[in-house]
Amino acid sequence: MSLVLRRRPPARRAAVPLSSRSDRRLALLLLVPATATVLLALGYPLVRQLGMSFQRFGLEQQFGRPPEFVGLANYSAMLTDPTFWAVLGRSVGFCLLVAAITMAVGTAAALLLTACSRPVAVAVQVVMLLAWAMPVLSSLQVFQWMFDSRSGVVDHTLAALGFEQMLGFNWFAQPSTFFAVAGLLVTWMSVPLVVFMVYAAVTQIDTSVLEAAALDGAGPAQTFRHVVAPSIAPVLALVTLLQIIWDLRVFTQFHVLQSNGGITEQTNVLGTFIYQVGLAGGDYGSASAAAMLLLLLTLLIAARYIALLLKEPA
Amino acid sequence: MTTVVTPPTPPAAGSARGVRAPGLRTAPPRPARRRPGRRGLAVVANAVAVVFGLAWLFPVYWMLNTAFLTDRQIQQRIPVLFPVGGTGSHFAQVLSSPAFWSAMRMSLAIALVVVLGAMVFGFFASLALSRFRFRGRTQLIVAVLVVQMIPAEALFISQYRMLDGWGLLNSVAGMSLLYLGASIPFTIWMLKGFVDGVPVELEEAAMLDGCSRMGAFLRITFPLLGSGLVASSIFAFLASWNEYTLALVALTSDDARTLPLWLTSFSGQNQVTDWGAIMAGSTLMAVPVVILFMTVQKRMASGLTAGAVK
Repeated sequence: MSLVLRRRPPARRAAVPLSSRSDRRLALLLLVPATATVLLALGYPLVRQLGMSFQRFGLEQQFGRPPEFVGLANYSAMLTDPTFWAVLGRSVGFCLLVAAITMAVGTAAALLLTACSRPVAVAVQVVMLLAWAMPVLSSLQVFQWMFDSRSGVVDHTLAALGFEQMLGFNWFAQPSTFFAVAGLLVTWMSVPLVVFMVYAAVTQIDTSVLEAAALDGAGPAQTFRHVVAPSIAPVLALVTLLQIIWDLRVFTQFHVLQSNGGITEQTNVLGTFIYQVGLAGGDYGSASAAAMLLLLLTLLIAARYIALLLKEPA
Repeated sequence: MTTVVTPPTPPAAGSARGVRAPGLRTAPPRPARRRPGRRGLAVVANAVAVVFGLAWLFPVYWMLNTAFLTDRQIQQRIPVLFPVGGTGSHFAQVLSSPAFWSAMRMSLAIALVVVLGAMVFGFFASLALSRFRFRGRTQLIVAVLVVQMIPAEALFISQYRMLDGWGLLNSVAGMSLLYLGASIPFTIWMLKGFVDGVPVELEEAAMLDGCSRMGAFLRITFPLLGSGLVASSIFAFLASWNEYTLALVALTSDDARTLPLWLTSFSGQNQVTDWGAIMAGSTLMAVPVVILFMTVQKRMASGLTAGAVK
């Protein structure tokens, strides 16, 4: 398991000499197929999308009317639209809350694994691996089934526990419970990675340091605060950023869950909003502008993540 | 690859031991009074861990359980917890459905193109980045990482229009192109780690014996990358097999569905949802994934942090 983080000694950027001219030509040739494919699949659409975001590009344009350049009009329309801000707030709020819960549960579980007996720890790790391996679509179907309002196990269990009014309760019909189920699903899917990464980091802490802390009279809480936490902090930072990046892109989960409730408008996050404005509504100009804003937001977070990732020695 | 967790503290000494109840283990005074405390702590920890494990296991169990229950059991007022007196009919139903096999063929065809393409192109590019020094190399490595962070939602509008314009909607070629764009960067990143691990001296020796540079790459380096190629292939396969968002956008016709799209096509209709068949389908989709996942689990974390499939 892996990852990470040796503080690199102060960068001694030794000037590595360039390869010979013929070698550089070979390098270029070797890079062509991969670069060309990525440019075709992502680069070209990106450029076109940037262009579209500056154009009035709706249904008429799809039927041949030339698009009209409108400058920043799509962006300013988007940024003054309360719907967009509601969607953005929902996305960011959901993302941060779920990422925080995921990190808390995952870190707690990893520390728990270090305290329990070996067979239990191994069994829990097997379960984690299983939950992690589940394809997102399979998990989505299971959660819809568990929270089904007719025969779902959750409603029945709650009813059996005395919450009679929960029998036949439709979780997908109102935003608060919709988000609760979506958040539960995303947390369930994301916790295993956190457990494994944090557990790997914790088990690599030098035991002699922990013994020294104990000799000096540190209790569990102090040991955690002064020895364990600083050691795993780099891993925590990296995984947290990764969770934030991932929890911003929850299109699949929301799009599928939205098919249950008919409250699409109130549960849209950035991805599903772009889908509805662009592909369902045909307003490619506005959708492109929103998509560029999502891209910008992601890249801002990703920049921080990549800086952390590159800190480890190549 | 980016293996090894080395904390900033002194290097860990062969430490698969774990950290058991830090602070309690070696506190020298009062050992007699501490002992029950430690055991008590372990009991509590085990109990909480078991509850946690069961909670996380439940959705997987519930999928399997429901898949084997009869329709009558599924619709009962009280949920049936164990598939006693169950049936394999839901699996039979799915396995005899032409739509399932059509989706399976589509998924496999796309995955095959993606895995082959990503491996060949990714291998070449990782050689260039690992073995040569040229201007723009660092920027290219950063670009490889950045590209992986782009969410599908940020480009799918434009990708849809591109494929539409080229008549490639609902085609293996169009879908594979989009998946290759997403898979090649993490394949390069993973394979570069493995190429870095092959001593360059081996290639140099082969070149002294008259091999060309490219010949040395293909005859010496390539065979030594076995496990790296297997792991990267599995990553690319899983990414393509599980993908939903781009498939939803690029595969609009019923005949061109991949397995994830097929799985959602059960629900959303007005008739009573056939949960037994959906759970059987979910199980069938998950089984190969879980098996492949287990084979690469050791590399999973490193691959994931590099931005591969979630």
